[in-house]
Amino acid sequence: MSTTTDETTVVKEIQPLEEATVRFCGDSGDGMQLAGTQFSNTSALAGNDIATFPDFPAEIRAPRGTLAGVSGFQIHFASHDIFTPGETVDALVAMNPAALKTNLGDLKRNGVLIVNSNAFDKKALGQAGYENNPIEDDSLTAYQVFSVPMTSMTRGAVEGLDLSQKEADRCRNFFAMGLVFWLYGRSMEPTLRFIDAKFSKLPAIAEANRRALKAGYNFGETTDAFRSSYSVEKAKLPPGKYRNMTGNQALAWGLISAAKLSEKKLFLGSYPITPASDILHELSKYKNYDVLTFQAEDEIAAVCAAIGAAYGGEMALTTTSGPGMALKGEAMGLAMMLELPLVIVDVQRGGPSTGLPTKTEQADLLQAMFGRNGESPIPIIAARSPADCFDVAIEAWRIATRFMTPIVILTDGYIANGSEPWRIPNMADLPKIEVSHPGPRNEDDPPFMAYKRNEELARPWAIPGTPGLMHRVGGLEKQDGTGNVSYDPQNHHHMVLTRAKKVANIAEAVPPQEVMGSDSGKVLVVSWGGTYGSCRTAVARLQAQGKSVSHAHVRYLNPFPRNLGQLLSQFDKVLVPELNLGQLRMLLRDKFLVDAVGLNKVQGKPFTTTEIAEKIESMLD
Amino acid sequence: MASAELPVLKPADYGTDQDVRWCPGCGDYSILAQMKKVMSNLNMSREDTVFVSGIGCSSRFPYYMNTYGMHSVHGRAPAFATGLKSSRQDLTVFVITGDGDALSIGGNHLMHVLRRNVNLNIILFNNRIYGLTKGQYSPTSEKGKITKSTPMGAIDNPIHPLSVAISCEATFVARSIDVHIKHLTETLERAVAHKGVSFVEVYQNCNVFNDGAYKWATDKDTKAETVLELEHGKPLIFGKDRDKGIRLNGMTPEVVELGKGISEDDLLFHDEKTNDPTLAYLLTRMSHPEFPEPIGVLRDVDAPCYDDAINYQVQQAKEARGEASLDKLFNSGDTWIVD
Repeated sequence: MSTTTDETTVVKEIQPLEEATVRFCGDSGDGMQLAGTQFSNTSALAGNDIATFPDFPAEIRAPRGTLAGVSGFQIHFASHDIFTPGETVDALVAMNPAALKTNLGDLKRNGVLIVNSNAFDKKALGQAGYENNPIEDDSLTAYQVFSVPMTSMTRGAVEGLDLSQKEADRCRNFFAMGLVFWLYGRSMEPTLRFIDAKFSKLPAIAEANRRALKAGYNFGETTDAFRSSYSVEKAKLPPGKYRNMTGNQALAWGLISAAKLSEKKLFLGSYPITPASDILHELSKYKNYDVLTFQAEDEIAAVCAAIGAAYGGEMALTTTSGPGMALKGEAMGLAMMLELPLVIVDVQRGGPSTGLPTKTEQADLLQAMFGRNGESPIPIIAARSPADCFDVAIEAWRIATRFMTPIVILTDGYIANGSEPWRIPNMADLPKIEVSHPGPRNEDDPPFMAYKRNEELARPWAIPGTPGLMHRVGGLEKQDGTGNVSYDPQNHHHMVLTRAKKVANIAEAVPPQEVMGSDSGKVLVVSWGGTYGSCRTAVARLQAQGKSVSHAHVRYLNPFPRNLGQLLSQFDKVLVPELNLGQLRMLLRDKFLVDAVGLNKVQGKPFTTTEIAEKIESMLD
Repeated sequence: MASAELPVLKPADYGTDQDVRWCPGCGDYSILAQMKKVMSNLNMSREDTVFVSGIGCSSRFPYYMNTYGMHSVHGRAPAFATGLKSSRQDLTVFVITGDGDALSIGGNHLMHVLRRNVNLNIILFNNRIYGLTKGQYSPTSEKGKITKSTPMGAIDNPIHPLSVAISCEATFVARSIDVHIKHLTETLERAVAHKGVSFVEVYQNCNVFNDGAYKWATDKDTKAETVLELEHGKPLIFGKDRDKGIRLNGMTPEVVELGKGISEDDLLFHDEKTNDPTLAYLLTRMSHPEFPEPIGVLRDVDAPCYDDAINYQVQQAKEARGEASLDKLFNSGDTWIVD
């Protein structure tokens, strides 16, 4: 390695890494989500596998500089397949003392800590509860601290552009991005393109952001403070073309694809709610794909309008989060009685009630199962990761139409806002969703039987406008076959059993439960939804150490896959990690009489791999 | 509407084989009969018509019409109908509702379906009582009304459905009475003919829980004095001898006797077509016994429909962005290849 004395051509050491985790954190107005998103996209484009975890406060703008107002975005990127956004952080960017205070605990010893020293004034330190300036005392000696006057350097970089100080300071996040881009050898090109597109109508702002980004990058390259940068090689993902996707976007695209594959218009009835609103936003962009989006007056109208569209023969969808699904309960029960296909998406968040709107949780499983009056079976499937949302959306509509039933898709805030690479499919390779509607009948044909079932117990989807099929649906109990209103006790008992059987039949139409590892042994970890990544990583880590542990991730939650009970019985112990107090565990114990053990966390945060690995190890002892 | 080669259907052809289970003497029977007559008169096709209802006595209506139908959940029929009509503009969609269904539990949805101007026909059966739940007061019950749930009298102020409709910018607003058979038929026909949301309030008797709710409006002896039949372009005249009228005194209507220096030209003239809702609103405020209550069409104006607009945006997007291709969408923006 040679160095010259010429400042501008200092050649610095580049350390290869297999993976790294970076977190940007600052005030909720500091643009940390943007910085994180840009860094993720750039890392994905560089060929890394990535997983991200945006974490922001519920308040749109909490008071500046307060602990409550800290917004963070974490990116895990690697040269191999990864399944979680990482737990401890290799590099932390803290834009102010409050951000430092709330995030420092996750930084690895000797990790890179970049702070905006300009923001560490007396007032801000006080707001964060610091008596002394941590940059100046010796409290940060465990870390590689880079104290960078980002505010003043950004102001310097944008000088002469005739910006107000506020506008100039708003470019600080681009300075921070530039510095981290340099640190991990990232190209600035995608972000420069982003700036061009985003600020095309504000040339001065665009130029300021460009300059701030480059200033941050050049600061890393030229200053003596940083002796080395890092590189993370491309990941060996399955061959194909990739793009970066968040869960909400993948879900929206999957839903549009499902409509296309079934040759239906897509009708979305929705009401804005965190963290599901982005699905409404995303679908609203694609009206040219025969997508009708109806922003209803409330959650109830949203689901009811969707059911109206389903009766009309179109693809019906409603999207919401937990409190919204609570409001939709009555109409979901109606859709179940009407036996019409309807997709209900619940992007779970911290509950109960308004709970923690921007934080993640998995506590709506029992609501999805039982949150309606009477015996009201509705199938449930859950997405395991952002990219998986695409497949889950298509699968849900396939089940809904084949069995004539509403269906719930469960995702969560962690999956919805997180992102990962998505292998782009060809539409022609995706199997069509065959939907049939009965044809017209003549006056002298026998009467149409709206509730006559096929061998899988699904009733016909007869759509208005078809001559001779006039029929009435409704929430009052139906006479088997004819669909006429019936109060006959035996008929009601029979219909309740029939609807339950119909939903149970779905188990025959979905793949058997897969298991990672041996199909028998000491411990089986059973997970569902967004805990997939941390469970899988923890199990893989222990399997590599030769431990007798396997992992079953359950996508089909109602009904369960037909072999699940058998699989559970082949292990000495069953562990069910969940971000709730044991909802899947309760269902498994009930259905299979298995003494499943829970690992339960309700903190608005996903599991770390270590938490799960430690629990498994304790069960192996 | 049926095409020319289809046989002309009689009113009975629009009925189902289901037993009608309303109480004997219920006003609903008349509305059902007039609806079948209207469909026959207009030669409407059964397969292109959908009746959507909420919950309540009136909401059993769809089961008795040989069309498509949905008996949905309490108060939400406007929402179901909005989804249906938006995605299937080729259908004629009716919403059948009652005063409790539409104005209590469904008040919010009614407000929004009206302001959106979805091309639906909403028929509100107003008997000023909860029938199906056996006799509690409803949002249109008079203050002081003694019922099972208000033994000391209702203390809520009643809602005036037509005032609500006008204030939500409903484009067609009308009122009729269950036993005024000819008037009801004509009013329903006008509602069907209107493009946009039509809101028809039908005064209707509940002979079990609120018998005589509109006795003043239906009795031979009193109806000429208590009901005023609106006609577009005509002065507001009523009375057995058509000797009384409504005049505006400033912003306030007053009852005047014709003759004695007051001529027809001094009266308020009905204009259902004016875009300004002020006069229509004023008509909704005329209540018995201070005033004769207007029946007929209070308002009938043209305005863009929600269902047209939502589909037009799809067309516009297609024209602006060309043929939709998911493959093109998937491969747009930043992508990379793994070999």
